[in-house]
Amino acid sequence: MSGELSAVKVGFSYGGAEVLRNVSLSIGAGSQVGLAGPSGSGKTTLARVLAGLIPPSAGHVACNGAPVRRGDGSIAMLFQSPRRSCSPRMTLRAVIAEGIAGVRGPRRRREIDAGVRQFAARVQLTGDLLDRYPHEVSDGQLQRACLARALAARPDYLICDEATAMLDAATTAAVVRIISGEVAARSLGVLALSHDRELLEAWCGAIKHLP
Amino acid sequence: MSAAIRAEGHTVRIPVDIRGEAGWVHAATSVDFTACRGRVHAVVGESGCGKTTLATAILGMLPAGTRAGGHLEYVDPNGRATALTGEGRAAAARTAGLRGRQIGYVPQSAATYLTPVRRVGAQLRETLRELRGQATAEELLDRVHLDPAALEAFPHELSGGMLQRAALAFALAGDPDVLVADEPISGLDPHLAQLTLGLLRSIADSGTAVVLITHDLQALALSGTADELSVMYAGRIIETGPAVRILTAPAERYTADLLAALPANGLHPMPGLPPELTNLPPDYTYADRLRAAAELEADHVR
Repeated sequence: MSGELSAVKVGFSYGGAEVLRNVSLSIGAGSQVGLAGPSGSGKTTLARVLAGLIPPSAGHVACNGAPVRRGDGSIAMLFQSPRRSCSPRMTLRAVIAEGIAGVRGPRRRREIDAGVRQFAARVQLTGDLLDRYPHEVSDGQLQRACLARALAARPDYLICDEATAMLDAATTAAVVRIISGEVAARSLGVLALSHDRELLEAWCGAIKHLP
Repeated sequence: MSAAIRAEGHTVRIPVDIRGEAGWVHAATSVDFTACRGRVHAVVGESGCGKTTLATAILGMLPAGTRAGGHLEYVDPNGRATALTGEGRAAAARTAGLRGRQIGYVPQSAATYLTPVRRVGAQLRETLRELRGQATAEELLDRVHLDPAALEAFPHELSGGMLQRAALAFALAGDPDVLVADEPISGLDPHLAQLTLGLLRSIADSGTAVVLITHDLQALALSGTADELSVMYAGRIIETGPAVRILTAPAERYTADLLAALPANGLHPMPGLPPELTNLPPDYTYADRLRAAAELEADHVR
């Protein structure tokens, strides 16, 4: 079936430790699904399996009807720690440019610059912040840059793994608003993973649980 | 109810150098603040509004070259005041004598403050020796609801929530009169956050003045931990009073907007972005941010 990102009877073990057993889940294009579960319930593992970063030990994952392939650009991720997902030696402009060029984006300097401006504005990062390095901005500002990088790749699906856990309430609300805007505007499918049920209830249409 | 920390007109300017351009971070401006024994005084606000600098100032650990104005002092139970800001060796010796003993500290990332290659128990006993604490390591762990087995563990063998509670035990080792906790519940599961807040409450109930710095208004509102609440914006305390009153009927637009951004209240984003504290205009307020956001909005429509 096309138009969804799905996990079918997925299992995963790290060595002998079984983390996921028989998990099925699907995210339709243009929908937002919340996945709740306490620390250690396997949320991050499921996120990585869905994104094609690690193969499941049982079952399979499919994106729009085809097997998920690592790095094909159709699935983007937003992580908990923006600091750990940005090179300390790249400016915010370079971070976003990575997303613009991505795997299926433009290669010309001028097009990349225009794209950076467009997506920086979308996440409300103003001009002078773009020339700073990660250590010169706050967690909230850096997570906005990571969101711009993720959206700039024009993915079909976005997986947010505790993406707001380090942020204050105001930045959390802003990030959720920006993502929801993309869902409405271009049918982005979103999976939001968090231990915070209340956040997921306010954010997503549907909530599922990992045991 | 006696004041243990007292600030009047407390102002902090920290020198910075961004790409060769010198500037001043306006980290605190005319801050009036009181923390009393037996009470939890929470300080809330968006990231980057000066909360951590207030904690750093109370601990006497502002960076070198900082200019501090006004007063910030520790008042001992006999009413004797000690200034917490000021430069030079005398000031450094003054605050070093208070740290750990009269003023305890729970850092934001507890895990990074412990040595990874030594067991928790060895480090806690060393802290007790250094501070001449009266309690035993076992008693301290019991106070923070940690199993004594944690003493035999290396830091990486404990979970984030356990490490956070261990950090609380370290802060209590010197039996401090004041406890400053900087974002102690950041990144914790809701039930662990409530557990930690409950511990801070019981520490205050035993007579300590607790200064709780957090951006997690949600957990604060749920737990009812705080007695007093101060809201910081752009280095100033813009609203202060009983926590229950401020959480239910805020007087300031900023506080109301901050509360509306909570998931429980509908995740309404706040207009605009918090200001950079570097070279902040002296009379900057939240109204300036609202105006800038409205102008940006109008530009988009046009």
